[in-house]
Amino acid sequence: MELLSTSLVDWSRAQFALTAMYHWLFVPLTPGLGVIQAILETIYVKTGKEEWKKAAKFWMTIFGINFAIGVATGIILEFQFGTNWSNYSYFVGDIFGAPLAIEGIVAFFMEATFISIMFFGWNKVSKGVHLAATWLTITGATLSALWILVANAWMQLPIGMEFNPLTARNEMVDFWAIISSPVAINKFFHAVISGWIQGSLFVIGISAWYILKKREIDFAKKSIRIAAIFGTISTVLIIATGHGSAQQVSYHQPMKLAVMEGLYEGQEGAPLIAMGIVNPKKESYKDDKEGVIMAMRLPKMLSWIAFGDADHYVPGIRNIIEGGYTKPDGTVALSFEEKQKMGQTAQIALSNFKKAEAAKDTAAMAEHKAVLDANYKNFGYGYLTSPEQSIPNVPLVFYSFHLMVILGGAFLLIFIVAMYMEWKDMLSKYNWLLWIFILFIPLGYLAGQLGWIVAEVGRQPWTIQDILPVQAAISGLQTSSVVITFVLFAVLFTGLLIAEIGIMVKQIKKGPKIENQLSETKDSVR
Amino acid sequence: MITYSFLQHYWWFLISLLAGLLSFLLFVQGGQTMISSLGKTEDERRLIVNVLGKKWEYTFTTLVTFGGAFFASFPLFYSTSFGGAYWVWMLILSCFILQAVSYEYQNRPGNFFGRNAYRGFLFYNGLIGTFLLGAAIATFFTGSQFLVNKANIAEFSGQFAPIISQWQSPWHGLELLFSDLRVWLLGLAVFFLARTQAVLFFKNRISNAEIEGRLDKALVVNAIPFLVFFLAFLIWTLAGKGFAVDPATGTVSLEQYKYFNNLIQVPALLILLLLGIVGVLYGIIFSIIKKSWRKGIWFTGIGTVITVTTLLLTAGFNNTAYYPSTYDLQSSLTIFNSSSSYYTLKVMAVVSLLIPFVMAYIFYAWRALEKTHTTIDEINQKDNHAY
Ligand code: HDD
Ligand code: HEM
Ligand code: HEM
Repeated sequence: MELLSTSLVDWSRAQFALTAMYHWLFVPLTPGLGVIQAILETIYVKTGKEEWKKAAKFWMTIFGINFAIGVATGIILEFQFGTNWSNYSYFVGDIFGAPLAIEGIVAFFMEATFISIMFFGWNKVSKGVHLAATWLTITGATLSALWILVANAWMQLPIGMEFNPLTARNEMVDFWAIISSPVAINKFFHAVISGWIQGSLFVIGISAWYILKKREIDFAKKSIRIAAIFGTISTVLIIATGHGSAQQVSYHQPMKLAVMEGLYEGQEGAPLIAMGIVNPKKESYKDDKEGVIMAMRLPKMLSWIAFGDADHYVPGIRNIIEGGYTKPDGTVALSFEEKQKMGQTAQIALSNFKKAEAAKDTAAMAEHKAVLDANYKNFGYGYLTSPEQSIPNVPLVFYSFHLMVILGGAFLLIFIVAMYMEWKDMLSKYNWLLWIFILFIPLGYLAGQLGWIVAEVGRQPWTIQDILPVQAAISGLQTSSVVITFVLFAVLFTGLLIAEIGIMVKQIKKGPKIENQLSETKDSVR
Repeated sequence: MITYSFLQHYWWFLISLLAGLLSFLLFVQGGQTMISSLGKTEDERRLIVNVLGKKWEYTFTTLVTFGGAFFASFPLFYSTSFGGAYWVWMLILSCFILQAVSYEYQNRPGNFFGRNAYRGFLFYNGLIGTFLLGAAIATFFTGSQFLVNKANIAEFSGQFAPIISQWQSPWHGLELLFSDLRVWLLGLAVFFLARTQAVLFFKNRISNAEIEGRLDKALVVNAIPFLVFFLAFLIWTLAGKGFAVDPATGTVSLEQYKYFNNLIQVPALLILLLLGIVGVLYGIIFSIIKKSWRKGIWFTGIGTVITVTTLLLTAGFNNTAYYPSTYDLQSSLTIFNSSSSYYTLKVMAVVSLLIPFVMAYIFYAWRALEKTHTTIDEINQKDNHAY
């Protein structure tokens, strides 16, 4: 067997993080902008007014530019499970492969097929069919999100499966439990709605720029009206689903919750931190220094948000490692050492099972399987060598989480302001406000990235919660190979990003050309 | 009735079918290598790009679905091949990444690299994508060097990597190009097949005298090398050794004429293979003889689907190891030892009932957009989405 190389693990993680974050830079705009353009087209079909069609078509052009790069960055993610996480792919492929396959069959084809009618079918199919194709494109995009998020949720809460020592892998036993998992449902709505928010912020920001330039005023106002209403609704929903996600985290991933809040010592009636600074002097989870300093705390709020009970006990990082407190399900929490012991016992049992299997000794096989089953739920802890390995990066998760929540509040405000100003027809009076609208476009992207950092960095070291840590999930490659592909993707995606932004900017400067429609002659040759 | 073995065969059939469809759809990649040889003026080139541009998503999505379906149904293949033949797959992926933006971006202002770079990406995708996919499929017959040991997962000392599938060559896939000449034969065959099909596709779709005038010669020039490389691969493979599995013990051994025997022992495969090859040839030959005939792509295309599907069935059915290891014969993957569990295959089989429905709407969309042949005027028309 080859020696375990930590640099291989780190580079594999870096590559996954790089490609996933690039993908997430582009995909949220697809469902977000998609719904907005579909609403505009619906209004066009209902009213028959050409300007709505022009507006829909303009956003569709932007959609197309963005969509292409979403596809480009997606294919690598799909295959990367095999190329860079081959052990993972075998160990849970029986469960994890299914959503990826279903995504291809039901969602990607839907998207790919109807998008061609959406773009090329204006003069070839009837208005009604075209509208249906537009909505089906967005449905396809949303379904792609559904399946991949089901897959991701399953990694955070692995249910509906059993470990089979004969094949040495986890096998699916309940498909329905996997797709109806509460983590999956919250995650799906939270992530898709975050796309709606990004789409709304994008439309409002670009439209604000037109108003600043005193161009396309009518188009810009129409777009802002739709996007502001849509954005307000979305933000209310994202707060609700974010709350739902936080509750799921507190039940299933207590370590992630503790890290999100920088909570080292657990307490009853735990306060929620509005903002604070992670104590740089804290050296170990065992020392008595505070985790977060200069914090603004809302009393009892964390207990209430997480468990719906203001006096509920919330364990801190230290408690989770030392164990001994009572968990929400009434059992007493195990310490890290106890879990590690269970994991090792399970792994020795598996190893013995395999030997008994080779010797065709069925009695011994049954015996070892019983030991394995009794200890399997902490299988992954057997790979860890120190309690510190079970703690995710506190500052990164802490700041990401709080910034995301603060941004959520800011978005609600900005959407309500935009709605009000458009309604009162005062948008063109306050240039500084229009500039703020533009500045909020990147903040929308930021919030989405932060969300994934919370979700993914917050569950380290696990790829499958408690079952498989990252160092046991990798492929047997040389570190240098992964370094080369990391650089390759970094260069490639950055190049494409520059091209995308360049094209976007030109396209936006060109505008929908609704006002000078009659005077224009030849813009079709691009 | 629906036994585990039935589902394993059913899923191997679906994987083979996806590979067959992909081979047909690679005509897009083939066409991408001919943009500047068939189109002399910018208008002509744009016409070619736009005709291909309405189809590239299908090829791309089929590739993605092929990967996803393989993952779900034969996860041990997914982890062994992708994690092992790392460089082959990474090169394939990199060229598809570039393809995905190249249609939409090439003619847009502000695109940073310039139009010719994007056309270069398309060429690269057409060359590397087809050749390496063909080469990868060839290893289903020639074998690779890997070792599978599932007990490795129980290695917890923190010292060793608990990796189940271990590739033996540090070249991670690139060594395959130097292992067996058949890898080159099938790679080149797929490359020229993609170009041949592209010519037939252009014949069917493009209405432009200059381009049409160049197609006949291009057809001959590509069809001949395709046939030479493909037949050489086929004959060599049928006449050579194959990887047989003993159904009782699961032991893998080398057997002379294994693939040929499969065709004889399962006559349905033989009939399908011949039918497919006849279809491919019919489409090509009649297009050469009868210059005004535009339907060649349908015969050659469907023939390709059938031929490739049957070839892969021959690699996996009738107690054959479809992904052989020459390093350790007993590590070879068969449809029995590498598949998902009974339950998962069953769930996925239910999902697969949606496939006809998906095909139906693809067919509808294809027809809706292809009522007429594409001309330069149509692309330059105002108010039209064009690349
Ligand atoms: C919430 C949404 C969402 C999330 C979390 C992901 N994706 Fe994605 N993906 C999309 C939403 C999306 C999309 C919006 O639906 C895209 C963008 C452009 C497109 O074609 O679909 C897409 C494209 C896309 C493609 C190309 C599809 C095609 O052939 O058209 C692949 C292979 C993936 N994705 C795979 C993944 C993987 C393996 C992910 C997990 C890390 C992932 N995506 C996360
Ligand atoms: C587009 C959405 C996603 C984003 C932005 C994202 C983000 C990240 C980030 C930032 C990391 C690095 C964490 C670290 O190494 O500290 C990571 C790791 C990882 N994520 Fe995600 N993730 C996404 C979706 C998914 C999904 C859907 C899955 C799986 C099914 C997944 C599986 C993994 C795996 C296997 C790793 C590597 C091992 C690890 O470091 O945990 N991710 N992801
Ligand atoms: C305002 C209140 C918000 C709360 C309470 C909240 C809460 C959460 C929580 C707890 C998670 C982690 C879920 C997990 O680990 O499984 C999460 C993830 C995420 N958040 Fe938020 N969030 C809020 C706002 C936002 C906003 C405004 C955006 C973006 C526009 C956003 C985008 C995301 C994304 C993309 C993820 C990763 C996907 C997921 O795990 O669901 N969130 N959020």
